[in-house]
Amino acid sequence: MAVIRDVMPSFDLLQPNSADEARNILAQRGSDAWVLAGGLDSFDWLKDRIKRPKVVVDLSGVDELRGIRVKSDGVEIGAMTTLTEVAQNPVIRENYGVLADAASMVASPQIRNQGTIGGNLSQDTRCWYYRAGWPCYRAGGNICYADTPEGRNREHAILGADRCVAVNPSDTAPAFIVLDAKFVIRSRKDERVIDAEDYFIGPDVDITRLHVLQPGELFTAVRIPFTWASSRFYFEKIRDRNVWDFPLLNVASAMFVSNGRIDRVRIAVNAAAARPLRLKSVERAVRGMPPDAATGEMAGKRAVQGAVPLQFNAYKIPLMRNLVKRAIGGVEEAKWA
Amino acid sequence: MLLNLTINGEQRSDNVDPRMLLVHYIRDIANLTGTHVGCETSICGACTVLINGSAVKSCTILAVQADGTKITTIEGMAEGDRLHPLQEGFWEEHGLQCGYCTPGMIMTAADLLARNSNPTEAEIREALEGNLCRCTGYQHIVKAIQFAAAKMRTSKAA
Repeated sequence: MAVIRDVMPSFDLLQPNSADEARNILAQRGSDAWVLAGGLDSFDWLKDRIKRPKVVVDLSGVDELRGIRVKSDGVEIGAMTTLTEVAQNPVIRENYGVLADAASMVASPQIRNQGTIGGNLSQDTRCWYYRAGWPCYRAGGNICYADTPEGRNREHAILGADRCVAVNPSDTAPAFIVLDAKFVIRSRKDERVIDAEDYFIGPDVDITRLHVLQPGELFTAVRIPFTWASSRFYFEKIRDRNVWDFPLLNVASAMFVSNGRIDRVRIAVNAAAARPLRLKSVERAVRGMPPDAATGEMAGKRAVQGAVPLQFNAYKIPLMRNLVKRAIGGVEEAKWA
Repeated sequence: MLLNLTINGEQRSDNVDPRMLLVHYIRDIANLTGTHVGCETSICGACTVLINGSAVKSCTILAVQADGTKITTIEGMAEGDRLHPLQEGFWEEHGLQCGYCTPGMIMTAADLLARNSNPTEAEIREALEGNLCRCTGYQHIVKAIQFAAAKMRTSKAA
């Protein structure tokens, strides 16, 4: 051991081999423990010394958290399954194309080979004031640096802001919401299964976290029912570059059309708020309508009601309006062009 | 912590610090300095190696997380003096200028060609999305990979 590098800080590394062992470790170590999945979010925090956990719990050796299993009532994806595996899996591609599309648009190929579904859903916000260790609301302070007259907030929230204006950066989150997925969370004592949309929280609920996962809990799997399988899907992600970037906005939708009318529909957007937003008022408004440009126009307008721009992100309002318009009514229009 | 792995076909066993990144293990302990450290933040792709055949950024994984795996670095591509078709392609098609990104480019391309022996130009460009080059403008890199793909198909057919 001639060379000691200090790119990474020192910590106690624990490498459980089973989910039971992982749960026991997390229960014992509580908030001292940092859960390491694919590492794409974690390593930045650790290298920058912004987060300084005493204990890092590496889940990469827990085989039972990996893999895609077809069950009688749906498909279960282990939380440590990589984004590449999800994007390329034939069952996912055939039944849940919206999820395959979302997973295939995350970051870059190597990152998709390493990044996991559980990590993509549980990653922290990319607000650079917060990521750089500024003592903002989210970090326990009493100011939001992004929401000041000179704050750089082009990527920040247009909806649901409460002191903090950071957004959730996940591409797969809105896809799981429209598929009505359930997330399986285990602690040492019990297991709870929560709806995808209830996993995420805004600053009005807890300003220090983007989801409900508590210290001591382990995100083990995602269960997707067949409810929305092979429906008409739409996913679109808008980003500055075609690669690596987090979404400026994304939209996911699932729709069943019968007799030319929207029968059932789900639609969600992300990077508009601190949590992915399921647009229930849009869903209600378009039910029974034809999936055409006029309905899309109406849906887009409804989607952005109540949106409040910051200094540099007003573009997100027409962007979100147009993404929702395309998700609801634009698919058929494009074919005629 | 004890780390056992196979790197370019050679079995190794080393005692490493848990916080050591895989890229530093490869460079400082295994003395294979062909793998480069670029951004250290999983953006640039200079540190790309194959773990069990899959291209990953070795700056964003701990060495001990690679325990029990098979790693391939740029040094594992050539057979003696005979260049791998990808290396030959970069040579013939002028796929590099400063060369810093090249090992990562070649390892990423190796992952692609193992899955897809006849990729379209669009597929090559998509596969390279996680690798940055500041010299070439990518055009010659794409040609180098097309050269390698054609050569590998021909030699497989022969």
